[in-house]
Amino acid sequence: MLKVSGLETFYGTSQALFGMTFDVNSGEVVTLMGRNGMGKTTTINSIIGIVPPSSGSIEFAGHEVSKLASFKTANLGIGLVPEGRQVFPNLSVRENLVATASNHQKLDDPWTIEKVYAMFPELELRATSMANLLSGGEQQMLAIGRALMTNPRLLVLDEATEGLAPLIREKIWAALADIRKSGLSILLVDKNLKDLLKLADRHFIVEKGQVVWNGTSAQLSKAEDVQHRYLGV
Amino acid sequence: MTDTTSAQLNQHLRTPDLFGSASGRIITLVFMVILLCVPLAAHFLGVRLQLVSLDFITRILCLAIAAVSLNLILGFGGMISFGHAAYIGIGAYCVGIPAYHGYESGWLHFPLAIFASAAFALVTGAVSLRTKGVYFIMITMAFAQMGYYFFLSLDEYGGDDGLTIYSRSMFNIINIENKLVLFLVTYACLVASIYAVYRIVNSRFGMVVRGCQSNEARMKALGYNTYAYKLTAYVIAGGMCGLAGALLGNFTTFISPDMMGWSRSGELMFMVILGGTGSLFGPVFGAVTFVFIEELLSTFTTYWALPFGVLLVLSVLFIKGGLNGLIQRGWRRD
Repeated sequence: MLKVSGLETFYGTSQALFGMTFDVNSGEVVTLMGRNGMGKTTTINSIIGIVPPSSGSIEFAGHEVSKLASFKTANLGIGLVPEGRQVFPNLSVRENLVATASNHQKLDDPWTIEKVYAMFPELELRATSMANLLSGGEQQMLAIGRALMTNPRLLVLDEATEGLAPLIREKIWAALADIRKSGLSILLVDKNLKDLLKLADRHFIVEKGQVVWNGTSAQLSKAEDVQHRYLGV
Repeated sequence: MTDTTSAQLNQHLRTPDLFGSASGRIITLVFMVILLCVPLAAHFLGVRLQLVSLDFITRILCLAIAAVSLNLILGFGGMISFGHAAYIGIGAYCVGIPAYHGYESGWLHFPLAIFASAAFALVTGAVSLRTKGVYFIMITMAFAQMGYYFFLSLDEYGGDDGLTIYSRSMFNIINIENKLVLFLVTYACLVASIYAVYRIVNSRFGMVVRGCQSNEARMKALGYNTYAYKLTAYVIAGGMCGLAGALLGNFTTFISPDMMGWSRSGELMFMVILGGTGSLFGPVFGAVTFVFIEELLSTFTTYWALPFGVLLVLSVLFIKGGLNGLIQRGWRRD
Protein backbone atom coordinates (compact mmCIF):
# COMPACT_ATOMS: atom_id res chain seq x y z
CA MET A 1 0.00 0.00 0.00
CA LEU A 2 2.74 2.48 1.01
CA LYS A 3 6.28 2.05 -0.19
CA VAL A 4 8.91 4.59 0.78
CA SER A 5 12.34 4.18 -0.79
CA GLY A 6 15.55 6.14 -0.53
CA LEU A 7 13.83 9.23 0.84
CA GLU A 8 16.06 12.25 1.39
CA THR A 9 14.60 15.43 2.87
CA PHE A 10 16.23 18.73 3.72
CA TYR A 11 15.28 21.70 5.88
CA GLY A 12 17.15 24.39 3.99
CA THR A 13 20.70 23.09 3.81
CA SER A 14 20.29 20.74 6.74
CA GLN A 15 19.57 17.13 5.76
CA ALA A 16 17.04 15.32 7.96
CA LEU A 17 16.41 12.07 6.07
CA PHE A 18 19.20 9.95 4.58
CA GLY A 19 17.60 7.33 2.37
CA MET A 20 14.59 6.39 4.50
CA THR A 21 13.10 3.12 3.27
CA PHE A 22 10.13 1.18 4.61
CA ASP A 23 6.73 -0.11 3.56
CA VAL A 24 3.23 -0.69 4.89
CA ASN A 25 1.07 -3.47 3.49
CA SER A 26 -2.69 -3.40 3.27
CA GLY A 27 -4.42 -4.06 6.60
CA GLU A 28 -1.12 -3.88 8.48
CA VAL A 29 -0.11 -1.82 11.52
CA VAL A 30 3.45 -0.56 11.16
CA THR A 31 5.43 1.63 13.54
CA LEU A 32 8.30 4.05 13.16
CA MET A 33 10.28 4.17 16.38
CA GLY A 34 13.36 5.97 17.51
CA ARG A 35 14.65 8.71 19.76
CA ASN A 36 13.65 12.35 19.39
CA GLY A 37 15.08 14.17 16.39
CA MET A 38 15.81 11.05 14.37
CA GLY A 39 13.45 11.95 11.49
CA LYS A 40 10.18 10.20 12.25
CA THR A 41 8.00 13.31 11.98
CA THR A 42 9.97 14.52 8.96
CA THR A 43 9.25 11.18 7.30
CA ILE A 44 5.54 11.59 7.89
CA ASN A 45 5.58 15.21 6.77
CA SER A 46 7.40 14.16 3.61
CA ILE A 47 4.85 11.43 2.89
CA ILE A 48 1.93 13.84 3.22
CA GLY A 49 3.75 16.57 1.25
CA ILE A 50 4.13 19.15 4.01
CA VAL A 51 7.94 18.94 3.71
CA PRO A 52 8.54 17.71 0.15
CA PRO A 53 11.48 15.32 -0.21
CA SER A 54 14.36 16.24 -2.49
CA SER A 55 14.90 12.69 -3.70
CA GLY A 56 13.59 9.17 -3.29
CA SER A 57 10.15 7.80 -4.01
CA ILE A 58 6.89 7.48 -2.11
CA GLU A 59 4.43 5.13 -3.71
CA PHE A 60 0.94 5.03 -2.26
CA ALA A 61 -1.88 2.88 -3.63
CA GLY A 62 -0.10 2.64 -6.97
CA HIS A 63 0.60 6.39 -7.25
CA GLU A 64 3.90 8.22 -6.91
CA VAL A 65 3.05 10.93 -4.40
CA SER A 66 6.44 12.46 -3.57
CA LYS A 67 5.82 15.43 -5.87
CA LEU A 68 2.11 15.82 -5.17
CA ALA A 69 0.53 18.69 -3.23
CA SER A 70 -0.45 17.55 0.24
CA PHE A 71 -4.20 17.79 -0.42
CA LYS A 72 -3.87 15.50 -3.43
CA THR A 73 -1.92 12.94 -1.41
CA ALA A 74 -4.52 13.12 1.35
CA ASN A 75 -7.31 12.61 -1.17
CA LEU A 76 -5.67 9.38 -2.34
CA GLY A 77 -6.50 8.04 1.11
CA ILE A 78 -4.00 9.09 3.76
CA GLY A 79 -5.57 10.33 6.99
CA LEU A 80 -3.09 12.18 9.19
CA VAL A 81 -3.23 12.64 12.96
CA PRO A 82 -0.44 15.17 13.40
CA GLU A 83 1.98 15.58 16.27
CA GLY A 84 0.53 17.96 18.86
CA ARG A 85 -3.05 17.22 17.70
CA GLN A 86 -3.43 20.52 15.84
CA VAL A 87 -7.22 20.53 15.89
CA PHE A 88 -8.81 23.68 14.48
CA PRO A 89 -9.24 25.80 17.62
CA ASN A 90 -11.74 28.21 16.08
CA LEU A 91 -14.14 25.43 15.05
CA SER A 92 -16.39 23.44 17.35
CA VAL A 93 -15.83 19.72 17.87
CA ARG A 94 -18.64 18.88 15.49
CA GLU A 95 -17.40 21.38 12.93
CA ASN A 96 -13.89 19.90 13.09
CA LEU A 97 -15.40 16.56 12.12
CA VAL A 98 -17.87 17.86 9.56
CA ALA A 99 -15.38 20.19 7.83
CA THR A 100 -13.07 17.31 6.99
CA ALA A 101 -15.67 14.67 6.08
CA SER A 102 -15.15 13.11 2.67
CA ASN A 103 -15.22 9.75 0.97
CA HIS A 104 -12.89 9.99 -2.01
CA GLN A 105 -12.31 6.22 -1.92
CA LYS A 106 -16.07 5.64 -2.30
CA LEU A 107 -16.12 3.23 0.62
CA ASP A 108 -19.36 1.30 1.00
CA ASP A 109 -19.41 1.68 4.75
CA PRO A 110 -17.78 5.05 5.37
CA TRP A 111 -16.91 6.58 8.69
CA THR A 112 -19.67 8.91 9.83
CA ILE A 113 -19.91 11.36 12.66
CA GLU A 114 -22.11 8.86 14.53
CA LYS A 115 -19.44 6.17 14.26
CA VAL A 116 -16.80 8.58 15.53
CA TYR A 117 -19.05 9.55 18.44
CA ALA A 118 -19.63 5.85 19.18
CA MET A 119 -15.87 5.32 19.35
CA PHE A 120 -15.25 8.46 21.40
CA PRO A 121 -18.41 9.31 23.38
CA GLU A 122 -16.49 12.21 25.00
CA LEU A 123 -16.63 14.03 21.68
CA GLU A 124 -20.41 13.83 21.45
CA LEU A 125 -20.70 15.31 24.93
CA ARG A 126 -18.51 18.24 23.85
CA ALA A 127 -19.92 18.49 20.31
CA THR A 128 -20.64 22.23 20.46
CA SER A 129 -17.52 23.17 22.44
CA MET A 130 -14.78 25.01 20.63
CA ALA A 131 -11.91 22.60 20.03
CA ASN A 132 -9.37 24.73 21.91
CA LEU A 133 -11.39 24.19 25.10
CA LEU A 134 -10.90 20.40 25.05
CA SER A 135 -8.40 18.55 27.20
CA GLY A 136 -5.31 17.08 25.54
CA GLY A 137 -6.88 13.61 25.48
CA GLU A 138 -10.10 14.88 23.97
CA GLN A 139 -8.15 16.82 21.37
CA GLN A 140 -6.29 13.65 20.41
CA MET A 141 -9.60 11.81 20.08
CA LEU A 142 -10.86 14.65 17.91
CA ALA A 143 -7.72 14.55 15.77
CA ILE A 144 -8.19 10.80 15.25
CA GLY A 145 -11.91 11.26 14.55
CA ARG A 146 -11.13 14.05 12.10
CA ALA A 147 -8.69 11.83 10.21
CA LEU A 148 -11.20 8.96 10.16
CA MET A 149 -13.84 11.29 8.71
CA THR A 150 -11.69 11.61 5.59
CA ASN A 151 -12.28 7.85 5.17
CA PRO A 152 -8.63 7.02 4.57
CA ARG A 153 -7.03 3.80 3.40
CA LEU A 154 -4.03 4.48 5.61
CA LEU A 155 -4.24 6.18 8.99
CA VAL A 156 -0.99 7.91 9.97
CA LEU A 157 -0.54 8.89 13.62
CA ASP A 158 2.41 10.99 14.72
CA GLU A 159 3.06 10.67 18.47
CA ALA A 160 -0.30 9.04 19.06
CA THR A 161 -0.26 9.14 22.86
CA GLU A 162 2.40 11.74 23.64
CA GLY A 163 1.69 13.73 26.78
CA LEU A 164 -1.53 11.91 27.62
CA ALA A 165 -2.60 10.51 30.99
CA PRO A 166 -2.36 6.69 31.30
CA LEU A 167 -6.14 6.29 31.36
CA ILE A 168 -6.55 8.30 28.16
CA ARG A 169 -3.69 6.39 26.54
CA GLU A 170 -5.53 3.14 27.20
CA LYS A 171 -8.61 4.54 25.49
CA ILE A 172 -6.56 5.61 22.47
CA TRP A 173 -4.87 2.18 22.22
CA ALA A 174 -8.26 0.46 22.52
CA ALA A 175 -9.67 2.71 19.79
CA LEU A 176 -6.70 1.97 17.53
CA ALA A 177 -7.19 -1.76 18.11
CA ASP A 178 -10.82 -1.38 17.02
CA ILE A 179 -9.77 0.62 13.97
CA ARG A 180 -7.29 -2.10 13.12
CA LYS A 181 -10.05 -4.71 13.26
CA SER A 182 -11.97 -2.72 10.66
CA GLY A 183 -9.11 -3.51 8.24
CA LEU A 184 -7.63 -0.03 8.01
CA SER A 185 -3.85 0.16 7.59
CA ILE A 186 -2.06 2.18 10.26
CA LEU A 187 1.36 3.84 10.32
CA LEU A 188 2.19 4.79 13.86
CA VAL A 189 4.86 6.87 15.57
CA ASP A 190 5.01 6.55 19.34
CA LYS A 191 7.36 5.76 22.18
CA ASN A 192 5.30 3.31 24.25
CA LEU A 193 7.08 0.13 23.24
CA LYS A 194 4.89 -2.17 25.32
CA ASP A 195 1.69 -0.98 23.70
CA LEU A 196 3.20 -0.85 20.25
CA LEU A 197 4.38 -4.45 20.51
CA LYS A 198 0.81 -5.51 21.30
CA LEU A 199 -0.83 -3.52 18.52
CA ALA A 200 1.58 -3.51 15.59
CA ASP A 201 2.64 -6.16 13.09
CA ARG A 202 6.00 -4.72 12.05
CA HIS A 203 8.39 -2.09 13.32
CA PHE A 204 11.00 0.14 11.71
CA ILE A 205 13.57 1.74 13.98
CA VAL A 206 14.85 5.09 12.76
CA GLU A 207 18.26 6.50 13.63
CA LYS A 208 19.74 9.64 12.08
CA GLY A 209 17.25 9.80 9.23
CA GLN A 210 17.35 6.19 8.11
CA VAL A 211 15.97 2.80 9.07
CA VAL A 212 18.53 0.84 11.07
CA TRP A 213 16.43 -2.14 12.08
CA ASN A 214 13.13 -3.68 11.08
CA GLY A 215 11.22 -6.72 12.12
CA THR A 216 8.04 -8.12 13.57
CA SER A 217 6.73 -7.57 17.08
CA ALA A 218 7.95 -11.04 18.06
CA GLN A 219 11.44 -10.26 16.76
CA LEU A 220 11.59 -6.86 18.45
CA SER A 221 10.40 -8.16 21.80
CA LYS A 222 13.28 -10.64 21.74
CA ALA A 223 15.88 -8.15 20.47
CA GLU A 224 16.78 -6.55 23.79
CA ASP A 225 20.05 -5.14 22.43
CA VAL A 226 18.13 -3.28 19.70
CA GLN A 227 15.69 -1.91 22.25
CA HIS A 228 18.53 -0.78 24.46
CA ARG A 229 20.69 0.69 21.72
CA TYR A 230 18.07 2.59 19.71
CA LEU A 231 15.11 3.07 22.02
CA GLY A 232 16.88 3.52 25.33
CA VAL A 233 14.74 0.81 26.99
CA MET B 1 -20.28 10.45 1.72
CA THR B 2 -23.82 9.23 1.06
CA ASP B 3 -26.55 11.83 0.53
CA THR B 4 -28.17 10.94 3.81
CA THR B 5 -24.95 11.37 5.69
CA SER B 6 -24.23 14.71 4.02
CA ALA B 7 -27.68 15.92 4.97
CA GLN B 8 -27.18 14.72 8.52
CA LEU B 9 -23.80 16.41 8.67
CA ASN B 10 -25.26 19.74 7.71
CA GLN B 11 -28.04 19.58 10.27
CA HIS B 12 -27.97 21.61 13.45
CA LEU B 13 -24.68 23.24 12.65
CA ARG B 14 -24.15 26.65 14.06
CA THR B 15 -20.98 28.13 15.35
CA PRO B 16 -21.60 28.24 19.09
CA ASP B 17 -20.45 31.77 19.78
CA LEU B 18 -21.45 33.42 16.52
CA PHE B 19 -24.41 35.14 18.14
CA GLY B 20 -22.91 35.18 21.61
CA SER B 21 -24.80 35.40 24.86
CA ALA B 22 -28.58 35.78 25.19
CA SER B 23 -28.20 39.38 26.37
CA GLY B 24 -25.80 40.03 23.48
CA ARG B 25 -28.41 38.78 21.02
CA ILE B 26 -31.04 41.08 22.47
CA ILE B 27 -28.71 44.09 22.32
CA THR B 28 -27.82 43.22 18.72
CA LEU B 29 -31.48 42.89 17.76
CA VAL B 30 -32.36 46.19 19.46
CA PHE B 31 -29.43 47.86 17.73
CA MET B 32 -30.58 46.65 14.31
CA VAL B 33 -34.15 47.78 15.01
CA ILE B 34 -32.88 51.22 16.12
CA LEU B 35 -30.79 51.45 12.96
CA LEU B 36 -33.98 50.91 10.95
CA CYS B 37 -36.56 52.79 12.99
CA VAL B 38 -34.78 55.91 14.24
CA PRO B 39 -34.00 57.36 10.79
CA LEU B 40 -37.50 56.42 9.63
CA ALA B 41 -39.04 58.17 12.65
CA ALA B 42 -36.77 61.20 12.14
CA HIS B 43 -37.81 61.31 8.49
CA PHE B 44 -41.55 61.13 9.15
CA LEU B 45 -41.42 63.46 12.16
CA GLY B 46 -39.33 65.98 10.25
CA VAL B 47 -36.39 65.92 12.70
CA ARG B 48 -33.53 67.87 11.11
CA LEU B 49 -30.67 66.33 13.06
CA GLN B 50 -27.88 65.15 10.73
CA LEU B 51 -26.90 62.16 12.89
CA VAL B 52 -30.30 60.48 12.54
CA SER B 53 -31.09 61.57 8.99
CA LEU B 54 -31.86 59.03 6.27
CA ASP B 55 -28.91 60.30 4.23
CA PHE B 56 -26.40 59.88 7.04
CA ILE B 57 -27.60 56.41 8.01
CA THR B 58 -27.78 55.27 4.38
CA ARG B 59 -24.09 56.14 3.99
CA ILE B 60 -23.32 54.15 7.13
CA LEU B 61 -25.32 51.17 5.84
CA CYS B 62 -23.38 51.16 2.56
CA LEU B 63 -20.09 51.14 4.46
CA ALA B 64 -21.46 48.47 6.81
CA ILE B 65 -22.14 46.16 3.84
CA ALA B 66 -18.56 46.70 2.68
CA ALA B 67 -17.28 45.99 6.20
CA VAL B 68 -19.43 42.83 6.45
CA SER B 69 -17.91 41.62 3.19
CA LEU B 70 -14.38 42.40 4.36
CA ASN B 71 -15.08 40.55 7.60
CA LEU B 72 -15.89 37.41 5.61
CA ILE B 73 -12.29 37.18 4.43
CA LEU B 74 -10.50 39.04 7.22
CA GLY B 75 -12.44 37.88 10.25
CA PHE B 76 -13.37 34.37 9.18
CA GLY B 77 -10.65 33.59 6.65
CA GLY B 78 -7.64 35.44 8.10
CA MET B 79 -7.00 37.18 4.76
CA ILE B 80 -5.92 40.70 5.67
CA SER B 81 -6.87 42.57 2.54
CA PHE B 82 -5.71 46.18 2.44
CA GLY B 83 -7.38 46.82 -0.88
CA HIS B 84 -11.02 46.16 -0.21
CA ALA B 85 -12.13 49.69 -1.09
CA ALA B 86 -11.26 48.89 -4.72
CA TYR B 87 -14.52 46.96 -4.97
CA ILE B 88 -16.47 49.95 -3.65
CA GLY B 89 -14.96 52.04 -6.42
CA ILE B 90 -15.58 49.41 -9.09
CA GLY B 91 -19.18 48.98 -7.91
CA ALA B 92 -19.74 52.73 -7.95
CA TYR B 93 -18.19 53.17 -11.43
CA CYS B 94 -20.41 50.32 -12.68
CA VAL B 95 -23.30 52.64 -11.88
CA GLY B 96 -21.64 55.87 -13.01
CA ILE B 97 -20.15 54.85 -16.36
CA PRO B 98 -23.28 53.19 -17.81
CA ALA B 99 -25.38 56.11 -16.49
CA TYR B 100 -22.98 58.54 -18.23
CA HIS B 101 -23.65 56.69 -21.49
CA GLY B 102 -27.39 56.76 -20.93
CA TYR B 103 -27.87 53.24 -19.62
CA GLU B 104 -29.77 53.87 -16.43
CA SER B 105 -31.29 50.47 -15.69
CA GLY B 106 -30.58 49.18 -12.21
CA TRP B 107 -30.96 45.67 -13.61
CA LEU B 108 -27.80 46.42 -15.55
CA HIS B 109 -25.93 48.47 -12.91
CA PHE B 110 -26.20 46.15 -9.94
CA PRO B 111 -25.37 42.80 -11.60
CA LEU B 112 -22.55 44.56 -13.45
CA ALA B 113 -21.21 45.99 -10.17
CA ILE B 114 -21.30 42.59 -8.48
CA PHE B 115 -19.78 40.67 -11.39
CA ALA B 116 -17.12 43.25 -12.24
CA SER B 117 -16.02 43.40 -8.59
CA ALA B 118 -16.06 39.62 -8.35
CA ALA B 119 -14.03 39.37 -11.56
CA PHE B 120 -11.47 41.89 -10.25
CA ALA B 121 -11.32 39.88 -7.01
CA LEU B 122 -10.82 36.66 -9.00
CA VAL B 123 -7.90 38.04 -10.98
CA THR B 124 -6.21 39.88 -8.13
CA GLY B 125 -7.02 37.16 -5.57
CA ALA B 126 -5.54 34.48 -7.82
CA VAL B 127 -2.21 36.29 -7.57
CA SER B 128 -2.47 37.71 -4.04
CA LEU B 129 -3.43 34.42 -2.40
CA ARG B 130 -0.16 32.90 -3.54
CA THR B 131 1.47 35.13 -0.93
CA LYS B 132 1.07 35.25 2.84
CA GLY B 133 1.35 37.67 5.73
CA VAL B 134 2.71 41.12 5.06
CA TYR B 135 3.21 40.31 1.36
CA PHE B 136 -0.51 39.59 1.02
CA ILE B 137 -1.36 42.88 2.70
CA MET B 138 0.97 44.81 0.41
CA ILE B 139 -0.07 43.09 -2.80
CA THR B 140 -3.79 43.64 -2.15
CA MET B 141 -3.04 47.31 -1.51
CA ALA B 142 -0.98 47.48 -4.69
CA PHE B 143 -3.82 46.04 -6.78
CA ALA B 144 -6.28 48.51 -5.27
CA GLN B 145 -3.92 51.38 -6.03
CA MET B 146 -3.67 50.12 -9.60
CA GLY B 147 -7.46 50.38 -9.78
CA TYR B 148 -7.29 53.84 -8.24
CA TYR B 149 -4.81 55.09 -10.82
CA PHE B 150 -6.72 53.38 -13.63
CA PHE B 151 -9.88 55.35 -12.86
CA LEU B 152 -7.77 58.45 -12.21
CA SER B 153 -6.50 58.21 -15.77
CA LEU B 154 -9.97 57.99 -17.32
CA ASP B 155 -10.43 61.63 -18.36
CA GLU B 156 -13.62 60.72 -20.18
CA TYR B 157 -15.19 59.87 -16.81
CA GLY B 158 -13.83 62.84 -14.90
CA GLY B 159 -10.48 61.42 -13.85
CA ASP B 160 -9.41 63.01 -10.57
CA ASP B 161 -12.44 65.33 -10.58
CA GLY B 162 -14.85 62.41 -10.46
CA LEU B 163 -18.13 61.84 -12.23
CA THR B 164 -21.59 63.09 -11.32
CA ILE B 165 -24.43 60.63 -11.67
CA TYR B 166 -27.43 62.63 -12.84
CA SER B 167 -29.92 59.84 -12.46
CA ARG B 168 -29.90 57.00 -9.98
CA SER B 169 -30.34 53.39 -11.13
CA MET B 170 -33.81 52.80 -12.49
CA PHE B 171 -35.84 49.81 -11.45
CA ASN B 172 -39.35 49.37 -12.80
CA ILE B 173 -40.76 48.21 -9.46
CA ILE B 174 -38.87 50.36 -6.98
CA ASN B 175 -37.75 53.93 -7.27
CA ILE B 176 -34.47 54.55 -5.49
CA GLU B 177 -34.55 58.19 -6.57
CA ASN B 178 -36.63 58.45 -3.42
CA LYS B 179 -34.17 58.57 -0.50
CA LEU B 180 -36.56 56.68 1.77
CA VAL B 181 -36.70 53.81 -0.73
CA LEU B 182 -32.92 53.89 -1.15
CA PHE B 183 -32.53 53.69 2.62
CA LEU B 184 -34.87 50.69 2.85
CA VAL B 185 -33.18 48.94 -0.08
CA THR B 186 -29.75 49.52 1.49
CA TYR B 187 -30.95 48.24 4.86
CA ALA B 188 -32.40 45.14 3.18
CA CYS B 189 -29.10 44.59 1.37
CA LEU B 190 -27.22 44.85 4.68
CA VAL B 191 -29.49 42.27 6.33
CA ALA B 192 -29.15 40.02 3.27
CA SER B 193 -25.34 40.39 3.39
CA ILE B 194 -25.22 39.45 7.07
CA TYR B 195 -27.47 36.46 6.41
CA ALA B 196 -25.31 35.42 3.45
CA VAL B 197 -22.18 35.56 5.62
CA TYR B 198 -23.99 33.59 8.35
CA ARG B 199 -24.91 30.86 5.87
CA ILE B 200 -21.46 30.81 4.32
CA VAL B 201 -19.46 30.54 7.55
CA ASN B 202 -21.75 27.79 8.83
CA SER B 203 -21.55 25.74 5.64
CA ARG B 204 -18.84 23.14 5.16
CA PHE B 205 -17.21 25.53 2.72
CA GLY B 206 -17.11 28.18 5.46
CA MET B 207 -15.73 25.73 7.99
CA VAL B 208 -12.84 24.94 5.67
CA VAL B 209 -12.15 28.66 5.19
CA ARG B 210 -12.28 29.20 8.96
CA GLY B 211 -10.07 26.18 9.49
CA CYS B 212 -7.54 27.72 7.09
CA GLN B 213 -7.42 30.78 9.31
CA SER B 214 -6.12 28.74 12.24
CA ASN B 215 -4.02 26.15 10.39
CA GLU B 216 -3.96 26.17 6.61
CA ALA B 217 -1.23 23.54 6.25
CA ARG B 218 -3.27 21.13 8.37
CA MET B 219 -6.42 21.75 6.34
CA LYS B 220 -4.42 21.05 3.20
CA ALA B 221 -3.06 17.83 4.70
CA LEU B 222 -6.64 16.74 5.36
CA GLY B 223 -7.41 16.85 1.65
CA TYR B 224 -8.54 20.39 0.87
CA ASN B 225 -7.22 22.60 -1.90
CA THR B 226 -7.20 25.56 0.44
CA TYR B 227 -6.13 27.99 -2.28
CA ALA B 228 -9.36 27.35 -4.20
CA TYR B 229 -11.47 27.69 -1.07
CA LYS B 230 -9.85 30.95 -0.03
CA LEU B 231 -10.07 32.33 -3.55
CA THR B 232 -13.78 31.52 -3.68
CA ALA B 233 -14.35 33.35 -0.38
CA TYR B 234 -12.27 36.26 -1.69
CA VAL B 235 -14.40 36.48 -4.84
CA ILE B 236 -17.66 36.32 -2.86
CA ALA B 237 -16.44 39.13 -0.59
CA GLY B 238 -15.42 41.18 -3.63
CA GLY B 239 -18.85 40.77 -5.24
CA MET B 240 -20.58 41.68 -1.99
CA CYS B 241 -18.46 44.79 -1.62
CA GLY B 242 -19.24 45.69 -5.25
CA LEU B 243 -22.91 45.75 -4.23
CA ALA B 244 -22.00 48.19 -1.44
CA GLY B 245 -20.20 50.33 -4.03
CA ALA B 246 -23.21 50.37 -6.35
CA LEU B 247 -25.43 51.46 -3.46
CA LEU B 248 -22.92 54.09 -2.36
CA GLY B 249 -22.62 55.41 -5.91
CA ASN B 250 -26.40 55.73 -6.08
CA PHE B 251 -26.48 57.41 -2.70
CA THR B 252 -23.76 59.99 -3.31
CA THR B 253 -24.62 60.46 -7.03
CA PHE B 254 -20.99 61.42 -7.37
CA ILE B 255 -18.11 59.02 -7.81
CA SER B 256 -14.39 59.55 -7.86
CA PRO B 257 -11.22 57.45 -7.58
CA ASP B 258 -10.98 58.63 -3.95
CA MET B 259 -13.64 56.02 -3.07
CA MET B 260 -11.06 53.30 -3.66
CA GLY B 261 -7.91 54.85 -2.22
CA TRP B 262 -5.79 52.92 0.25
CA SER B 263 -6.95 55.11 3.14
CA ARG B 264 -10.54 54.01 2.44
CA SER B 265 -9.40 50.39 2.62
CA GLY B 266 -7.76 51.18 5.94
CA GLU B 267 -11.00 52.68 7.22
CA LEU B 268 -12.93 49.57 6.24
CA MET B 269 -10.36 47.42 7.98
CA PHE B 270 -10.65 49.56 11.07
CA MET B 271 -14.45 49.28 11.09
CA VAL B 272 -14.10 45.49 11.10
CA ILE B 273 -11.45 45.45 13.84
CA LEU B 274 -13.27 48.04 15.95
CA GLY B 275 -16.52 46.09 15.67
CA GLY B 276 -14.95 42.69 16.26
CA THR B 277 -13.44 40.40 13.64
CA GLY B 278 -15.05 37.04 13.04
CA SER B 279 -18.42 38.10 14.42
CA LEU B 280 -21.58 38.47 12.38
CA PHE B 281 -22.68 41.93 13.49
CA GLY B 282 -19.31 43.31 14.59
CA PRO B 283 -18.63 45.09 11.28
CA VAL B 284 -22.01 46.83 11.55
CA PHE B 285 -21.22 48.03 15.08
CA GLY B 286 -17.82 49.11 13.81
CA ALA B 287 -19.14 51.00 10.78
CA VAL B 288 -21.80 52.82 12.81
CA THR B 289 -19.38 53.77 15.59
CA PHE B 290 -16.63 54.78 13.20
CA VAL B 291 -18.80 57.11 11.12
CA PHE B 292 -20.63 58.53 14.16
CA ILE B 293 -17.41 59.40 15.99
CA GLU B 294 -15.92 60.82 12.81
CA GLU B 295 -18.99 63.01 12.31
CA LEU B 296 -19.21 64.10 15.94
CA LEU B 297 -15.55 65.01 16.25
CA SER B 298 -15.55 66.91 12.97
CA THR B 299 -18.25 69.22 14.37
CA PHE B 300 -15.91 70.22 17.23
CA THR B 301 -12.58 70.58 15.50
CA THR B 302 -11.01 70.69 12.10
CA TYR B 303 -8.26 68.46 13.45
CA TRP B 304 -10.74 65.71 14.34
CA ALA B 305 -8.45 63.01 12.96
CA LEU B 306 -6.06 63.34 15.93
CA PRO B 307 -8.48 62.58 18.80
CA PHE B 308 -10.18 60.09 16.50
CA GLY B 309 -6.91 58.21 16.08
CA VAL B 310 -6.33 58.19 19.85
CA LEU B 311 -9.84 56.85 20.47
CA LEU B 312 -9.36 54.10 17.92
CA VAL B 313 -6.00 53.07 19.37
CA LEU B 314 -7.50 52.92 22.88
CA SER B 315 -10.46 50.89 21.70
CA VAL B 316 -8.21 48.32 20.05
CA LEU B 317 -5.96 48.12 23.10
CA PHE B 318 -8.64 47.82 25.72
CA ILE B 319 -11.73 46.28 24.14
CA LYS B 320 -11.02 42.61 23.57
CA GLY B 321 -13.01 41.21 20.64
CA GLY B 322 -14.06 44.71 19.59
CA LEU B 323 -17.45 46.23 20.24
CA ASN B 324 -19.13 42.93 19.56
CA GLY B 325 -17.04 41.31 22.28
CA LEU B 326 -17.99 44.11 24.64
CA ILE B 327 -21.68 43.63 23.87
CA GLN B 328 -21.50 39.87 24.24
CA ARG B 329 -19.74 39.68 27.58
CA GLY B 330 -20.08 43.15 29.12
CA TRP B 331 -17.09 44.97 30.61
CA ARG B 332 -15.48 41.76 31.80
CA ARG B 333 -11.86 41.24 30.86
CA ASP B 334 -11.54 37.49 30.35
